[in-house]
Amino acid sequence: MKPATVRRTDLRYRIGLNLRAVVGRSYPRIVGANREPSWIFFEALLPLLGIAAYVFIYQSFGARSFAAAAGNTTAQAVISANTNALIASVVLGGTMVAFWLNVLWSMASQLYWEKEIGNLQLYMMAPMNRMALLGGMAVGGMVMTSMRAVSTLVAGILVFGVIFQVADPLTLLAVFFAALIALYGLGMMFASLYLLWGREAWNLSALMEEPIFFSSGFYFPVGGLFRVPGWGPIIAIIGSFVPATFGLDALRQLTLGSTAFGGQLWIFDVKTELYILVFMAVLFLILARYSLRYLETLAKREGKLTSRHQ
Amino acid sequence: MPYAVETRDLTRIFAGKKKRRIRRKRATGEGEDHLGPVTALDQVSIQIRDGELFGMLGPNGAGKTTLIKILATLLLPTSGQAFVAGHDVAKDPFPIRQRINMVSGGETSGYGLLTARENVWMFSQFYGVPSKVSKGRIDELMHTFGLWDKRDAKVRMLSTGQRQKMNMIRGFVTDPDILFLDEPTLGLDVNAARVIRDYITNWVRSQKSKTVLLTTHYMAEADQMCDRIAIIDNGKILACDTPENLKRMIRTETTFRLEVDTIRDIASFSSMEGVKNFSHTDDISKNRTHLTFILEDEGPVAEILSTITSQGKKVHSLQKSEPTLEDVFISMVGRGFE
Ligand SMILES: Nc1ncnc2c1ncn2[C@@H]1O[C@H](COP(=O)(O)OP(=O)(O)OP(=O)(O)O)[C@@H](O)[C@H]1O
Ligand SMILES: [Mg+2]
Repeated sequence: MKPATVRRTDLRYRIGLNLRAVVGRSYPRIVGANREPSWIFFEALLPLLGIAAYVFIYQSFGARSFAAAAGNTTAQAVISANTNALIASVVLGGTMVAFWLNVLWSMASQLYWEKEIGNLQLYMMAPMNRMALLGGMAVGGMVMTSMRAVSTLVAGILVFGVIFQVADPLTLLAVFFAALIALYGLGMMFASLYLLWGREAWNLSALMEEPIFFSSGFYFPVGGLFRVPGWGPIIAIIGSFVPATFGLDALRQLTLGSTAFGGQLWIFDVKTELYILVFMAVLFLILARYSLRYLETLAKREGKLTSRHQ
Repeated sequence: MPYAVETRDLTRIFAGKKKRRIRRKRATGEGEDHLGPVTALDQVSIQIRDGELFGMLGPNGAGKTTLIKILATLLLPTSGQAFVAGHDVAKDPFPIRQRINMVSGGETSGYGLLTARENVWMFSQFYGVPSKVSKGRIDELMHTFGLWDKRDAKVRMLSTGQRQKMNMIRGFVTDPDILFLDEPTLGLDVNAARVIRDYITNWVRSQKSKTVLLTTHYMAEADQMCDRIAIIDNGKILACDTPENLKRMIRTETTFRLEVDTIRDIASFSSMEGVKNFSHTDDISKNRTHLTFILEDEGPVAEILSTITSQGKKVHSLQKSEPTLEDVFISMVGRGFE
């Protein structure tokens, strides 16, 4: 057959195709999602309430210890420094919650939802690479959520008077992006698993919301868990498989100074944590690619790639 | 020369439902359908030529969508083979995906927050169509389909028909060589359906090597548009030919249409000598029954009439007619279509 149009297959064409696909898939997240101005309230300001709850608790504990240490000015200085560092930790962690929620609800469960509305079959039928699809989802999610997170962070800094000291902005950026890619890599991996599990996956996402807030230390320095005898370290080690754990730990060290909390509450030093994050990012991306490829074939065999009523 | 689409003994079996569901269904007595494995396609062998507008005609559950999904590389065959543009769907999907697109009637794809134009553009990006080219084509197609006014409307604000037009534009914007259309005019008003039909027909006829595989419930649509039609029922291809030849196949037979008072006892017709097949549909609003008989000759007409009148029913009209595709279907399957 003489094709009506000769179709290219060279590498340059494939790179162009997949870059376009990434841009195309991220577009609705970046442009579409910001069309409703209500996000500023729901997704940027509302999270401040969750943060505020912890801030007030830490403040009142701090005030009590401060009063108890009356007369001992050195102890009082340490207490107020620790309280401030705790509040800064909460503002930082509470801001990053947005990314975890985005990974759970807009990455992991996404393909299942796309299947229901009939987009998935159109994606799978297109010549783009499947990683371009997941990549577009991830890039869109990162950009969209970063906008929300930065708004929350700025609001948090203003409302709670938090001071961050960034001595090493380059490492900070490296840690942030490594953590983000690892986190979204995990989301991509889940996305392909959910392809087969369908509805049950929603429950799994719900199940992974609050417990991970705890085990990854979104609202407190996770090193504290290691100091809880018995179950503490176990939870912390399990929680460390979510890249947010090391990410938050390193980000806190980089913004509060590694001497904060007397240097007692960190897991590893920043460098080690950065290496672990990079390793996780690569690992999750590779796993995502292979699990999606495997599960796509399985779904094509079982007739689960398309929803029945389409 | 390879075909645009070719299948060899293509079979697709869907596994049955889970046991727990079956038990519940039995308990409530609802829906006896497909508890065990379903053979959606049964040794289907078809060949669609390059440049052909090919139709698949069949009742609900015949296997039309299943066939399209396999050809669109979304579903694997259980056995047999399928080739699109000369490539095996199971082994080599990439070159197929570059050349195909698919639009289904009643599709709800896209994102509600994007505009119609943005949605189509997004899907074109998955085929690597340069943005400028894509936007140019979209504007042109929007004019053609009468969707220009709605180009910047959010998708969730579109009516069903407007949405369907947008989906059609999505199908054409990537300039595929082979387009799969699964009931593209489903639920559209007469005008919208005509615009879409005309565009499809023109698209195939005016260009070289553009192929369409179309499924439909509408006999007239298939008759009017398609170069060749395959009639499919229960996963099996019963016949495959041009609409004229299909109708000629039953030309030796005689088709009679009757409109009578609603009757219940229709079993006796099937045992009548000379009645090849018949179908009936009740028109509840008018309290009438429409009967279509495929007869070997005009012999049984008198007996049919007396059977009806002996039940005290009135015959409102009786006409002998040229066979339509529907008659071909009735003659082959032994039941009507709707
Ligand atoms: N994913 C699936 N799992 C199980 N059975 C399926 C699946 N998809 C289709 N079937 C069954 O396969 C048969 C053929 O279905 P198909 O959708 O191909 O029919 P169709 O000709 O497109 O019908 P319609 O005119 O209603 O669209 C039906 O009995 C259907 O129930
Ligand atoms: Mg169908």
